[in-house]
Amino acid sequence: MEEKDKENNGSSGGTTRRQFLGQVGLAGAGLQLAPLLAKATGILPDNEALPIEPITVNIMINGSQKTLTIDTRVTLLDALREKLMMTGTKKGCDHGQCGACTVLVDGRRINSCLHLAAMCEGSEVTTIEGLAKGDDLHPMQAAFLKHDGFQCGYCTPGQICSAVGLVKEGRAKTDAEIRELMSGNICRCGAYQNILAAIKEVQNA
Amino acid sequence: MEPFRFVKAQDNLAAIRAAGINQAKFIAGGTNMLDLMKLNIETPKQVVDINKLSLYKIEELQNGGIRIGALVKNSDLSYNPYIIKNFPVLSEALLSGASPQLRNMATTGGNLMQRTRCPYFYNTDFACNKRVPGSGCAAITGYNRMNAILGTSDKCIATHPSDMCVAMAALGAIIHVQGPKGSRAIPFADFHLLPGQTPHIEHNLKQDELITHVEIPALPFAVKSYYLKVRDRASYEFALASAAVALDIQNGTINGARVALGGVGTKPWRSLEAERALIGAPANAQTYRTAANAALAEAKPHKDNAFKIELAKRTLVRALTTVEGMS
Repeated sequence: MEEKDKENNGSSGGTTRRQFLGQVGLAGAGLQLAPLLAKATGILPDNEALPIEPITVNIMINGSQKTLTIDTRVTLLDALREKLMMTGTKKGCDHGQCGACTVLVDGRRINSCLHLAAMCEGSEVTTIEGLAKGDDLHPMQAAFLKHDGFQCGYCTPGQICSAVGLVKEGRAKTDAEIRELMSGNICRCGAYQNILAAIKEVQNA
Repeated sequence: MEPFRFVKAQDNLAAIRAAGINQAKFIAGGTNMLDLMKLNIETPKQVVDINKLSLYKIEELQNGGIRIGALVKNSDLSYNPYIIKNFPVLSEALLSGASPQLRNMATTGGNLMQRTRCPYFYNTDFACNKRVPGSGCAAITGYNRMNAILGTSDKCIATHPSDMCVAMAALGAIIHVQGPKGSRAIPFADFHLLPGQTPHIEHNLKQDELITHVEIPALPFAVKSYYLKVRDRASYEFALASAAVALDIQNGTINGARVALGGVGTKPWRSLEAERALIGAPANAQTYRTAANAALAEAKPHKDNAFKIELAKRTLVRALTTVEGMS
């Protein structure tokens, strides 16, 4: 009976007194079985009694220190958008395929949707909000405006952060190389020609 | 995503200890792990962050080989000058995979542990023996254009997705792992497993073993090596077929050869059959075609992927022809 309750409810959520006693009973059985299992495989059973607790991380975001206490599952993207209300970084596919969530972590462009915020302890993160100096746009932002490097604008923060990373890496010399090294950013409106022009202008400045 | 405990390991032993409980998983770059966790395909109870470990070095070995730390990012490895000069096939393979953002995250060890992109593995509405052992294989009867033609079984026809691994298979890499009782070295060919009757068991690594580094033994003729990847898009797409090759040609005769194929096998596919056909033969188109036929002799097509047999052959012939041209 207790086992059935446990299955139905999973490991999260509230626990009734009866379930709790049941779990203690199971844990007791586990204590006796554990050494045998461990002897056979070396692998200990997961200790379900250990709580899954929120985690506290310190992240430098756009030059300002932030301390967040978050669920372990929160990605850097969701921490930015949902916890810090910095909605400049966009959620597109949420699986690392579209590049809309691109930010710079310790100077490198990454997909913030596939990076746990819990892994960012001590990291320096730069988002689209951190590129301009007050009212002075970052050269890449200005170039995107000048060359009309967008239509709907949803992919643009990711495109710009990715382009800033690309210029810093210094590996793309030709148009084909720029296109190849921007392939992690999809633009559904098809502004690629103008994005290319914007990046070239910044590279040649 | 299912809830999990997050543990940050400070050294190898702490990481190994934290991984020694049921349903614990290491996380490094996280590019494949988090992707699968969001889909509830991976549901670890404990996630062990290994990014603090000192496994970031690329060391040149005195004998001409190289030792690559498990946490070296794919981007750093692909642009390493020693790799570009001595093992160009590895650099090219890495740069043909994923996107710059993903390569900035993905690690050497993580790439080895990457799981298939078979659409039926990814879609939890379908049967998949790899995801749920014994549930069946929807790919065998489904749309299987992207699936494997080599190393398949009646339980699974999923391709191994990695490009890096194809180059490493050709180069005869050695994977070094550490467990609670010490370290061991696994030859590349023995690391990934054929699906057989147990497609959910994908590699020869125990739950609490940590990949520490990958060694590429010296292979002087790999200075003339090459990776060719054929895919549906020009960039940022998995291979339909790929070939990693190295040739040692002296006076028109092939003295040494390495061949591995990607996009067609259930694991990174070294072809000793093709190598045997090449070694000792004259370096010409006929030899390359013979080698390609040997490499694909055991291929088993399914409804939508018979085209891959000829595609893989031509991919291999073109890669070999390209390397001959470097001489």
